Amino acid sequence: MADLAVYFRLARAQVRGQLSYRGSFVMNCFGQALAQGNDLLVILVVFGRVAALGGFDITAVLLFYALSGMSFGLADMVVGSIERLPTYVRTGAFDVVLMRPLATLFQLFAGDFQLRRIGRVLTAFGTLVYVLSTTDIHWTPAKALLLVLTPLAGATIFAAIFVAANSVSFWFVDSRELANAVTYGGSYLTSYPITVYVGWLRTLMAYIVPGAFVAYYPGLTLLDRADPLGGPSWLGWLDTPVAALAALVAGLIWRTAVRHYRGTGS
Amino acid sequence: MIEVSELGRTFTVTRKAGRFRRTRQDVVAVGGVSFEVRAGETVGYIGPNGAGKSTTIKMLTGILVPTAGRVRVCGLDPSRQRAELARRIGVVFGQRSQLWWDLPLRESFDLLRHIFRVPAGDHAKRLQECAELLGLHEFLDTPVRQLSLGQRMRGEVTAALLHGPELLVLDEPTIGLDLDSKERLREFLSELNTTRGTTLLLTTHDLDDIERLCRRMMVIDRGRVLADGPLAELRDEVTPERVLVVDFERPCEELTGLPGVQTVKVEGGGLRQQLSFRRDTVTAATLISMISQRSPVHDVAVIEPDIDDVVRQLYRR
Repeated sequence: MADLAVYFRLARAQVRGQLSYRGSFVMNCFGQALAQGNDLLVILVVFGRVAALGGFDITAVLLFYALSGMSFGLADMVVGSIERLPTYVRTGAFDVVLMRPLATLFQLFAGDFQLRRIGRVLTAFGTLVYVLSTTDIHWTPAKALLLVLTPLAGATIFAAIFVAANSVSFWFVDSRELANAVTYGGSYLTSYPITVYVGWLRTLMAYIVPGAFVAYYPGLTLLDRADPLGGPSWLGWLDTPVAALAALVAGLIWRTAVRHYRGTGS
Repeated sequence: MIEVSELGRTFTVTRKAGRFRRTRQDVVAVGGVSFEVRAGETVGYIGPNGAGKSTTIKMLTGILVPTAGRVRVCGLDPSRQRAELARRIGVVFGQRSQLWWDLPLRESFDLLRHIFRVPAGDHAKRLQECAELLGLHEFLDTPVRQLSLGQRMRGEVTAALLHGPELLVLDEPTIGLDLDSKERLREFLSELNTTRGTTLLLTTHDLDDIERLCRRMMVIDRGRVLADGPLAELRDEVTPERVLVVDFERPCEELTGLPGVQTVKVEGGGLRQQLSFRRDTVTAATLISMISQRSPVHDVAVIEPDIDDVVRQLYRR
């Protein structure tokens, strides 16, 4: 917990630095919001041509998109600076990280905290508000709780993907593109209902990399829709435990990776 | 403070052996090094590039896990108790920064205070002390990226000392610094050792660092310790020859027939002559009196061998 307090302190210090260039901060923020908006535009264009995508109407697809976007945006903001790990390893800056009495992951998360990434979250959040206000949802206290927990659980799942994918750079220094494919690619995949994908990709996304728990299953539960693929209706409630499991697995991968680094030191 | 016995580290490297074939090969970076450093010592750890210095430092600080032997630092096992050890030692890497590039120096220090959980009072006191001795006040509020290398290095050393470590490990602390900055840093470190009793272990290629700072020198090459002892002792052992420079009042023919003495150089038609002699066969005083009997002497000087020569001799062994 004390590590967490230091993380916030480090992040705050970075934000202070970033806010001192107010103009460029606003531009960057806007750029991130726009990047997230591109995907929204694609969805709107597609629905200009078709009435349903993978068996879902525009409301459901926008909900998946919003939940996925918020999850990815939050994860990118909080842990995204781990993508600098290859540079840390190459320049030896990771040795400095190891010389401090603080969990290595927290130091990397805070190493390059970028508040501008909140732009993504804001676009997705706006979409979420729009979808919820124009859709008839049968609200219960449990569903309200699910709505709050889903972006957090989704962010945790993405954070786990970020950590696991970047751990590879301890073995292969030039692995940034691979990590990006998994993280940014994952964000793209989870924006759409998994019914649009072929079978093997669906299995991979739903159960190996638990991407379907970011938006698809909780989204179905919020809308009281049955899974066209026949998944049980309680899957939507599992997003938080699945996220915890993903975090645990990522933590183990990270530990193995750091142990490997300290075994080779380069 | 530091106990190292039969410490070894082997790396497995993969080499290209054909278009697709790769062979694995073990490379010994450090092969069975043993030494001990007591509290309050100042030790210079030197060796040519690739000798195994950095690998040793990495094992002492817990960054690398040894493949053989035993290490204890401050009574701890570095690779197992990394975080605990980090609180008790300070590390300065000459080529890596532990400061935050975009933040003012003062804020970097403040963050480190929280990372190392140093009480605010202790922190303020130590910072005040370092700032005074190293002259940090004028740039405490400047972002690190705008500091000169000399200023940044002073900041790095301060950063490593704010949690009050018993042992300070410096990996090439003076690399790239100008003479003035080097001198200032050495003075500070020397003072740190005498007043606070902080143990110093430093690697360097600048032998002046050793001469000015370290009462003990350890020479390592190809993963083995070649020599270990006080600088003066190593100097006598490795290079027993001294050079005597004699200025005569008037030109004198080349001196010959002196026992155990060889002429190095004759200048000014014999006005200045340089002679080498072994300290264990003849003393400088005897030699001078013998020479002055032959021709009136204006001035004499004994040149101690350069530390570079000492090290060169050691590497050659």
